[in-house]
Amino acid sequence: MALSGMRGLSVFISDIRNCQNKEQERLRVDKELGNIRTRFKNEKGLTPYEKKKYVWKMLYIYMLGYDVDFGHMEAVSLISAPKYPEKQVGYIVTSSLLNENHDFLRLAINTVRNDIIGRNETFQCLALTLVGNIGGREFAESLAPDVQKLLISSSCRPLVRKKAALCLLRLYRKNPDVVNVDGWSDRMAQLLDERDLGVLTSSMSLLVALVANNHEAYWSCLPKCVKALERLARNQDIPQEYTYYGIPSPWLQVKTMRALQYFPTIEDPNTRRSLFEVLQRILMGTDVVKNVNKNNASHAVLFEALALVMHLDAEKEMMSQCVALLGKFIAVREPNIRYLGLENMTRMLMVTDVQDIIKRHQAQIITSLKDPDISIRRRALDLLYGMCDVSNAKDIVEELLQYLSTADFAMREELSLKAAILAEKFAPDLSWYVDVILQLIDKAGDFVSDDIWFRVVQFVTNNEDLQPYAAVKAREYLDKPAIHETMVKVSAYILGEYSHLLARRPGCSPKEIFSIIHEKLPTVSTSTIPILLSTYAKILMHTQPSDPELQNQIWAIFRKYESCIDAEIQQRAVEYFALSSKGAALMDIMAEMPKFPERQSALIKKAEDTEADTAEQSALKLRAQQQTSNALVVTDQRPANGTPPVSELRLVKVPSMSNVDHSSADHGVTQENGTLTVVDPQPPEPSADLLSDLLGPLAIEGPPGSAVQSERNLVPGTEGVPNAEDALAIAPVGEQTNTVQPIGNIAERFQALGLKDSGVLYEDPYIQIGIKAEWRAHQGRLVLFLGNKNTSPLVSVQAVILPPSHLKMELSLVPDTIPPRAQVQCPLEVINLRPSRDVAVLDFSYQFGTHVNVKLRLPAVLNKFLQPVSVSAEEFFPQWRSLSGPPLKLQEVVRGVRPMSLAEMANLFNSFRLIVCPGLDPNANNLVASTTFYSESTRAMLCLIRIETDPADRTQLRMTVASGEPTLTFELKEFIKEQLVSIPTVSRGPAPPPPPPPPPTSAPAALSDPGAMLAGLLH
Amino acid sequence: IHFVLLISRQGKVRLTKWYSPYSQKERAKVIRELSGLILTRGPKLCNFVEWRGLKVVYKRYASLYFCMCINQGDNELEVLEIIHHFVEILDRYFGSVCELDLIFNFHKAYYILDELLIAGELQESSKKTVARLIAAQDSLVEAAKEQASSISNMIAQAAK
Repeated sequence: MALSGMRGLSVFISDIRNCQNKEQERLRVDKELGNIRTRFKNEKGLTPYEKKKYVWKMLYIYMLGYDVDFGHMEAVSLISAPKYPEKQVGYIVTSSLLNENHDFLRLAINTVRNDIIGRNETFQCLALTLVGNIGGREFAESLAPDVQKLLISSSCRPLVRKKAALCLLRLYRKNPDVVNVDGWSDRMAQLLDERDLGVLTSSMSLLVALVANNHEAYWSCLPKCVKALERLARNQDIPQEYTYYGIPSPWLQVKTMRALQYFPTIEDPNTRRSLFEVLQRILMGTDVVKNVNKNNASHAVLFEALALVMHLDAEKEMMSQCVALLGKFIAVREPNIRYLGLENMTRMLMVTDVQDIIKRHQAQIITSLKDPDISIRRRALDLLYGMCDVSNAKDIVEELLQYLSTADFAMREELSLKAAILAEKFAPDLSWYVDVILQLIDKAGDFVSDDIWFRVVQFVTNNEDLQPYAAVKAREYLDKPAIHETMVKVSAYILGEYSHLLARRPGCSPKEIFSIIHEKLPTVSTSTIPILLSTYAKILMHTQPSDPELQNQIWAIFRKYESCIDAEIQQRAVEYFALSSKGAALMDIMAEMPKFPERQSALIKKAEDTEADTAEQSALKLRAQQQTSNALVVTDQRPANGTPPVSELRLVKVPSMSNVDHSSADHGVTQENGTLTVVDPQPPEPSADLLSDLLGPLAIEGPPGSAVQSERNLVPGTEGVPNAEDALAIAPVGEQTNTVQPIGNIAERFQALGLKDSGVLYEDPYIQIGIKAEWRAHQGRLVLFLGNKNTSPLVSVQAVILPPSHLKMELSLVPDTIPPRAQVQCPLEVINLRPSRDVAVLDFSYQFGTHVNVKLRLPAVLNKFLQPVSVSAEEFFPQWRSLSGPPLKLQEVVRGVRPMSLAEMANLFNSFRLIVCPGLDPNANNLVASTTFYSESTRAMLCLIRIETDPADRTQLRMTVASGEPTLTFELKEFIKEQLVSIPTVSRGPAPPPPPPPPPTSAPAALSDPGAMLAGLLH
Repeated sequence: IHFVLLISRQGKVRLTKWYSPYSQKERAKVIRELSGLILTRGPKLCNFVEWRGLKVVYKRYASLYFCMCINQGDNELEVLEIIHHFVEILDRYFGSVCELDLIFNFHKAYYILDELLIAGELQESSKKTVARLIAAQDSLVEAAKEQASSISNMIAQAAK
């Protein structure tokens, strides 16, 4: 064709187009590849034109999806051609053919660099484009300084500079070190003054990437962003060619608002005010117009403005305006706007205070669940999931269930998982929860994972009130024709355990129950048969007086399976047969299952794992935290120690205990029993499989006598009571303290909280204490989140703060009781009076079966009262000199330092808000840092630190600390020393010793660790 | 933007540009999956498809689907208009562009895309500027050609 001017290429493309089928096409491609290969082999004879033609053909073939494993060299070599046409082809084909991981690219680095630093503008553009599109780490390391130079050069034209900006962005993504933060932030701010909107657009993209990673260094860019946005939004001085359908570069507007979202807040009231004016204008002034493109562009800006408003936490009035706008959007005809309305409403859930307004749109959102577009349905589902709480759980879950019958295949799994999670989290009562899950299994059994029905069984087992109800329901479902196998499993299990509670009802005699379950046996797979056998054995046991006819029937079945090829089935058949012939012995062994230890829902855990970082999930978490109802407390901690998960259900009731268990519903007792009567004849399995979780208890290894025996051996060791049976039967609840093992390492949690402001302070199987802190100058506000993880209340909750003398602390009232699965928040105000490294302690206790008392250090530590400040050389040196010596300036040689590189040390310092000022110290082995300390006595006080390291011996260094106050200098010096010498261990300050770390793993410890147990549930 | 795809209604690939590293095998898989996902969508649905934790913004122009893949949190409409912006520039360059233009001049489409996007980010939002730069490139190529032919003419003349 005329434009391409390459006949050979056009002919080849036509040939490909004329191929009737894939096979012909492949033949034609193979022929061409063969041709190219031979031509390349004797390269000498190739003219530049031919070479160009062949690499284009290669790219075309590659684009069609064929492997092209040769000729890369030729494409790369064109880059070094002296003339523009060849060079251009070389660059573009290389950047389309290769990706950053190709070795061939290395060959080109030198040529590319020469083009970048050369004087030829067009060559610079080509080279920058290639690096910007496929540059990798090596490019970043060798080219970044040159690219930076081009970007800020005043002699370069905009067309080069805008490419340089994006090229630098690429290199920064590959290696963040290439942008020297210190010097660069000023340059970046200057770039935002750029008049050329092309360069400004590219620079803004670069800024977005930079602030996303580290906004601290770029505060100076913030007012410039606001200015740029104002200029665009008011259409002041925008060249015509940069307006798009009458809108001043919508892309630049969007990018600018994106950049602003990475700054945590806007302090300056004037900047804040002008920004809000602009935002208000965008929110109110965007109308729906006929032209699609104009509409899209203006709404792109509008949605970004919404996101920025949400981020800035505007006052409630503006927020409700936003929700109202979104409410309008989710009902419009235009599908894009509907989709985005739902998506942004889900994000809006993160904002406090507006949930109730969002709830008003519930009906409309439910309608969207039936939208013809799956993208929109997905958004609607996510939004419903996120906005669900106790108040609307019934409605929403019922809608989801209803929708499940008609939902398309692609969504059913997600839908049923979400319904199950919501039902569990926000169940107003447990019978409703059972209803929901059974319906779920009924309607979409294929998508209900084992976790879901295991969870129902756990709830039913742990709640006596629920047992008859669940049994009735299970019985009802069995009457339905053709039920799902999972339904067979769950109903057989429940009826095996609890059908005797229904015995007087019509159709519920042991015989009838047995026969209706047995009807299903021919239809189920081998994984279900063991459950059915257990059920039969239980029915038999509960039939008092025994019914010889039923007994013979069941025995016949056991005998039939005695020779089953499946080992699990065979073993059960043999054992149940033997046990049930023993008469009274059966009673004890087949007794009801003990209560399950409290644990986090595997489902919720799974959901968190898969969607950990999506906004909806965080919204859900947020809401779960805010629930004061019986919402499950969500934990996100895995067991810190590598305790192998033990199948905790391998516990067996011994004869002496069965009466205790029947009479007592107390969790504590069960827990005690559970802890003490563990029988683990085998070493703990690395991962107990899902089935053994529920089925295990009945599959006793060996005769029951020996199991009892082994327990007797075990118990005295733990309790020191000679008579095992006594110990088990009478061990009074509440006499022991701290038998509860914390989850995770308390000292490590404390250390971690020294560096961040929210996280878990303490966790054990019953409670989780989370902490969230905000610090401003010498004041702090902490909130303790006390979350009860159980289905029963935690009582006698007491929290006392033991503050050191330098902190004034005030804890709000802590309730005596924490309701089941609820979380309470207790604010704690802190005022720092003077510098000190002493640590405040929280003395916390509660009663749950046993009395638990822990003493926890609170992360109101010295570095929380530091505010980063970065000083220039002109400020630093006079100060440093004026603080001439002790006691204001202290020096010490520290030995035994944890060896780390200077960069690591700088990171460590920065994480403690001691800001490292690079370049101040001429010696590269030294490090200079500064910070401001706040306390009531010192007010704001500048602190300067200098570290001199010895490159030959990283374990020692000389440290000099200076400030205007002797105590501060001393305390800060000691503080830094502690951090350098022993990072993760306990500080040597006068703080009381923390609770002892968990003892070496023992079976009981593992048992009370829900994390470990959880691991058993998860594959 | 992770990548740009142009796919015909029949599922034929017309242009691909990858800003994130994908191997050829992954590239083929992505194209297969997305063709299945996008080409089957009805006309009155929204322009966004959620896919593997990312989002694909697409728009159909005649028989050609323009697709761009972005992150979950990116601004979808902004990208949708980048697509349109690209199409308008192509249209201006080829003079009411059609699929055939792009098939036979796929390399031109690459040049234009490179003036529009780098590193998956918008580089230039002025159509005029892009058109000017492309024209400048074309004239450079032309000039080189003329020069080459005049040299070869001279050689041919001298050889006579």
